[in-house]
Amino acid sequence: MSLLQVDELSVRFETDDGNVHAVDRLSFALEEREVLGVVGESGCGKSVTFMSLLRLLPETAVVSGRATFGGVDLLAAPTPRLRRIRGKEIAFVFQEPMTSLNPAFTVGNQIGEVLRRHLGLGRREARGRARELLDLVRIPAPARRLDEYPHQLSGGMRQRVMIAMALACDPKVLIADEPTTALDVTIQAGILDLMRDIRERLGTAIVLITHNLGVVADIADRVIVMYAGRKAEEAPVHELFARPQHPYTIGLLGAVPRPGASRRLQEIPGRVPSLAELPSACAFAPRCPRADELTRTNVPELREVAPGHLVACFHPGPS
Amino acid sequence: MSYVDVAPALSPRARRRRILRRRFLRRPLAVVGLVVALVFVLGAILAPVVAPYSASATDFSSVLGPPSSNHLLGTDELGRDVFSRIVWGSRASIEAGVLSVLLAMVVAVPIGLAAGYFRGWIDTVIARLTDVLLAFPFLILAVGLAAILGPSLSNATLALGIGAVPALIRIARGEALALREEDYVRAAVANGAGELRIIARHVLPNMLSTLIVQGTVLIPTAIIGEAVLSYLGLGVQPPTPSWGVMLSDAQSYLTQAPRLAVYPGLAIFLCSLSFNLLGDGLRDILDPRTTR
Repeated sequence: MSLLQVDELSVRFETDDGNVHAVDRLSFALEEREVLGVVGESGCGKSVTFMSLLRLLPETAVVSGRATFGGVDLLAAPTPRLRRIRGKEIAFVFQEPMTSLNPAFTVGNQIGEVLRRHLGLGRREARGRARELLDLVRIPAPARRLDEYPHQLSGGMRQRVMIAMALACDPKVLIADEPTTALDVTIQAGILDLMRDIRERLGTAIVLITHNLGVVADIADRVIVMYAGRKAEEAPVHELFARPQHPYTIGLLGAVPRPGASRRLQEIPGRVPSLAELPSACAFAPRCPRADELTRTNVPELREVAPGHLVACFHPGPS
Repeated sequence: MSYVDVAPALSPRARRRRILRRRFLRRPLAVVGLVVALVFVLGAILAPVVAPYSASATDFSSVLGPPSSNHLLGTDELGRDVFSRIVWGSRASIEAGVLSVLLAMVVAVPIGLAAGYFRGWIDTVIARLTDVLLAFPFLILAVGLAAILGPSLSNATLALGIGAVPALIRIARGEALALREEDYVRAAVANGAGELRIIARHVLPNMLSTLIVQGTVLIPTAIIGEAVLSYLGLGVQPPTPSWGVMLSDAQSYLTQAPRLAVYPGLAIFLCSLSFNLLGDGLRDILDPRTTR
């Protein structure tokens, strides 16, 4: 059985200006020790999907479907049960390291809080464990950093602290939502390196949400490409890069800079639509070079084109 | 990897305190405010030592006497030492000023926090109620309440405290509204923190500096409020000294001895100004947005 099994997940935001369908009947699984890359442009619903699993979305979000984790449906579990899963079994790392730490407390205090709450550690034990965690995320002079406030740390340091906090209770799943987007490129590489190391050493399954296919190629085992709240393509990472099927995936790959290549970067014209109504056509059709009458009147369902390779397109295949 | 230490070995807490102190000392007006406010507070506490005479000791051989070596600021219509009465009178002002603000904090902060954090109908009810109360000027509200409660120093303090509640509720609510949207609050939820823990660890501590500043700025308003209530006969009752009572008494002798009105007036002015300067200084050092 999969570690995390999501079936028919839909998320709708009910706003004063009408409904917005952020995620539409999305199903996927996460296996133990797996690194799953989730790729898509801003607004394609990738963050919303994973926020909804831990019920972190505002009250305007209407979530349906099932998300089974350890025999519990996360979407239906009572809040106190969910609180024991949040941060303990499924941990989140957010995009904004600069603002995700409470300015009023020291780093050691904040990591310690998670340990004390979830594992019932005493002050002294929590401090010792927090020190180990800072060491694990390769922060130099961890004993000294414990007593520092967030404002004394750089962005990369803070993201390491956030990761340390997420790893505090040895979670089964680590969801990292664009963990490197706000950081310098050199720092990014360090953080990715760290995540790979965490998977190797702790066996934590990692969901890496990103808009950067380069990051995914670097670290993921399997990739889901999302477009307008739906899964456009899913494949093992080598398969996806070797034989991309969906024109959107091909477009994304064309937009990845490669050293040495002299050709101009390809862009995908247009932008991701925000859906006020469920579509009656392929959502990518307006931007797709392969669009025809069929794609403009029908919604493509997922098809398996190779073992473990799913694509939602009427005209799949390499360019 | 070795870590190169550049700063002297100090705990971060101590370092932060030192930075704040240095920032404060760089503001001369704030330092003056602090010193003068401390003089008033110490004077009130140590009144039996500082005041040369009892507040009610009369000396009919020297009525409406001018300042002299015996009576630093002269004597009033009953021959009482004016300096002593100002020192003793500061007790009422400081007590009403500080206690009423503390009282208002204790009442207003939990209400405003709950409204801003939980939103929903609680927030709507509380916000509308404070809007209604804020439509009354602070002093009118306090005078009305004091009139209902009856004249005494503790009732005046209570009235001033209640009068300050709506403004403080609004401030606490606004802070809570902003803080609940912070990324670290979201991160705490994702880490499994419950509502109470989020309020206690993530919302309240981060609004403390704003509350400290607002509290300090409210103290002079309450000091003036106490003087007004006592002047109107709704606060401290004669013969107990209070700056408001002294002003009221001085009215009848304004032509003969205007200094009887000037001294308590000056005391009210200096005392409230000092707390105002102190509050401004605290805001400058605690609020990162105004830090130069």
